[in-house]
Amino acid sequence: MQRTAEAVLIPVGALCAALLLFGVFMLLVGKDPLQVYALIYKGGFGSSFAWQSTLARAAPMTLTALCAAIPAQAGLVIIGAEGALLLGGLAAAAVGSSVAGAPLLVQVCMALAAMVVGGAWVMLAGALRHLRGVNETISSLLLNYIAIALFNHLVEGPLRDPASLNKPSTLPIGEVNMLGNFPGLDVHLGLAFGVVFCLLCWVLVRHTSVGFALRIVGGNVRAARLAGLPVGLLLLGACGLGGAAAGLAGMVEVAAVHGAANASLVAGYGYAGVLVSFIARHNPLAVLPVALLLGGIAASGGQLQRHLDLPDASVLVLQGIAFMTILAAESLRGKLRWFTPAEA
Amino acid sequence: MATVALDLEMIDVTKRFGGFVALDGVSLRAPRGSFHALLGENGAGKSTLVKCLVGYQLADSGQVIVDARERDIRTPQQAHAIGIGMVYQHFTLVPCMSVAENLVMARAQVPMIIDWRREREALEDALRGLPFRVPLDVPVANLAAGEKQKVEILKQLYLGRRLLILDEPTSVLTPAEADEVLGYLKGLTRAGALTVLMITHKFREVMAFADAVTVLRRGRVSGTGSIPGLDVADLGALMVGTREGFAGAAEHASPAAPPARLGDRPALEIRALEAEGDNGLPAVRSLSLQVRPGEIVGIAGVSGNGQRELVQTLIGQRQRVSGAIQVGGVAYRATRAQMRALGVSALPEEPLGNACVREMSVAENMALRSFDRPPLAAGGLWLRRREFTRQARQLISDYKVKTRGPEAPIGTLSGGNVQRAVLARELSRKAAVLIVANPVFGLDFAAVAEIHQRLRKARDEGTAVLMVSEDLDELLEVSDRLLVMFNGRIVHETPTALADVGTIGRHMAGHAGMESSPSTQTTASSQ
Repeated sequence: MQRTAEAVLIPVGALCAALLLFGVFMLLVGKDPLQVYALIYKGGFGSSFAWQSTLARAAPMTLTALCAAIPAQAGLVIIGAEGALLLGGLAAAAVGSSVAGAPLLVQVCMALAAMVVGGAWVMLAGALRHLRGVNETISSLLLNYIAIALFNHLVEGPLRDPASLNKPSTLPIGEVNMLGNFPGLDVHLGLAFGVVFCLLCWVLVRHTSVGFALRIVGGNVRAARLAGLPVGLLLLGACGLGGAAAGLAGMVEVAAVHGAANASLVAGYGYAGVLVSFIARHNPLAVLPVALLLGGIAASGGQLQRHLDLPDASVLVLQGIAFMTILAAESLRGKLRWFTPAEA
Repeated sequence: MATVALDLEMIDVTKRFGGFVALDGVSLRAPRGSFHALLGENGAGKSTLVKCLVGYQLADSGQVIVDARERDIRTPQQAHAIGIGMVYQHFTLVPCMSVAENLVMARAQVPMIIDWRREREALEDALRGLPFRVPLDVPVANLAAGEKQKVEILKQLYLGRRLLILDEPTSVLTPAEADEVLGYLKGLTRAGALTVLMITHKFREVMAFADAVTVLRRGRVSGTGSIPGLDVADLGALMVGTREGFAGAAEHASPAAPPARLGDRPALEIRALEAEGDNGLPAVRSLSLQVRPGEIVGIAGVSGNGQRELVQTLIGQRQRVSGAIQVGGVAYRATRAQMRALGVSALPEEPLGNACVREMSVAENMALRSFDRPPLAAGGLWLRRREFTRQARQLISDYKVKTRGPEAPIGTLSGGNVQRAVLARELSRKAAVLIVANPVFGLDFAAVAEIHQRLRKARDEGTAVLMVSEDLDELLEVSDRLLVMFNGRIVHETPTALADVGTIGRHMAGHAGMESSPSTQTTASSQ
């Protein structure tokens, strides 16, 4: 009970601290912090339009967060979701624009292609770590830059739609193949992908022997070897699954929002997912509310711009502060008196 | 470098950790300019003693007298001020900095702005009188291990230390490098510039370089003397305990297993095994042994002779270089399926670090071997938490594990209870082979007896037990057959009932082949 309270209260406290610090920052630039908070709330959750905009942003974040959360079970810190999202999206666009058939079939092919490519990309970092001892955090970060370069090269070169003049894009996947909205809502179906993927991952981690084995590897790799677990396979599998989730986020962005792969895909959802995963303490279920919260904050950027004449990147400052306070608050874990059970 | 060595005397030093007496009235004297060796098994109290001297720990009682004045050393800084310094087993130099930078930065007071030209001149001056040269401008990372250790010593001298404590200074060096470094130190002590107190496991170094030796055993001085006066056999006997001590232990020893109960075919057979240590050097060399069902085979040896690597190879934590391991006649590759099918269990040393996940609960840790099988996992996939708890409750009560409950993180248990929990897990299924390493290290008397009892019981039920321990008494008490490991090889084998401590001590020291008269050896082993 106390451990659960600690797991919830520490990140919530850190978020409050981040809001306070952001308020100080707003005071310094001459804005009323209370008005800013009110606008963030209004822009994120204050109306049905705000909710729709929040959910649209939360959808890819739930998936990219898994790219950090699943490998984290096996003790890896992976920040390669951005690259997996881009290449996954590119693969989805390439498949979507070339495969003919029923829309559902095309969509399934797009999703599979995106997941395979995204998964393979992040597995590169896992393989480097397992076989050569390369730090997976650094390698997955660097793989992001390689992915961006590769993405730009392909979108502006071999895969470019000649009709896309000002904004180089791949061929469009076609209106019929787009993911639609939830009936009666202006929220695309990609959100369902995220929710289902999170639930499945939570079941995998919490309730299956595979997830248990992953957590043993993450907790103590020597104990895992003693138990005869296939450590390399588990590490690669975790990276592959995480990468598949991020790749699927790319497919959702292409199939539900942009209709083709282009520079709009480079929107930072991969990095935001890392933030989501850390705030959620790498718990796939907690990823959902946290993604919603950060989606709301991101969605409110426009409000701040319109009403207070602040650049819409101001909310990135809030995100950055939140990341720092969360990481700092992690060090308090187990050190606060209130949460330490009295030893018998 | 006209320093004068310190004269050291420690009188009646006692140190307790809770109920455990680490040092029990230890006295030691190292006169000015002497080279004093400190011998003892792991856990004998050597490190605690020198930590009390350098100020990392405070003794509960006892005196430290340096140059005829009693000193109250409470911090390392105070020890440094007196002129006491320490060189550790592992290097404390900054690899990417040059030797000169390392030396200057180590000083207690470094000015904000360093005038490197003046520092260089001062450094050259200070090092002029030393018999060996080290290149000052080379980054430490580019130096060989022996040179690094020399720089460590140089650093201490440069800082004006006149009593140097060395904690296994040669464990990272080749024998030739070790001889050079120790020979140099020996020269300094001869010249009266330095007093050396060296912790070591290597009898050879003691015989070649030390003037005097103090042997610790279980927190007490078991012997002391000047080196020409003691020979290797004496040292071995002092370190592992006397003949009388063994006779006492032998009374507890269970009768040797009757041959009928032993299976004919070995349950565990190792042939020509080769494995490397963390440093990439050979640690286990062409090692062969057999363990039959229903016997406990003990491996004795001074620590660092490849025992750790042998155990890690057997339990799946280290890749072997070559050689064959067979369990029940089947080639063994330490996979999970084989561990289960062939019944291989393990109780490695430091079970919390080697066999447990600290943050996971007792119940989860107890499920480490069985979580992917019914009844703990339906269909091998779906975890059933209730079964986890049920299994844990059963094992906790069977093995008397003291814990707040099955859900307590295993990291909150005491050492003995972690040991019990792991043993419970490893023996809860039928084990054909059990690999054990230092199973009672740091445990109290009652826990020791209980764990030994469990091992004997497993043996009596037909398990082949291979037990590596640095505590010879433990092996003499528990094992049926005793092997001695030295330098990665098995160098001696004897039934425990016929074991002679003197012979074993000599083999542990690697000196058996160099004994002066072969006849003594024969008589000794036939006793």
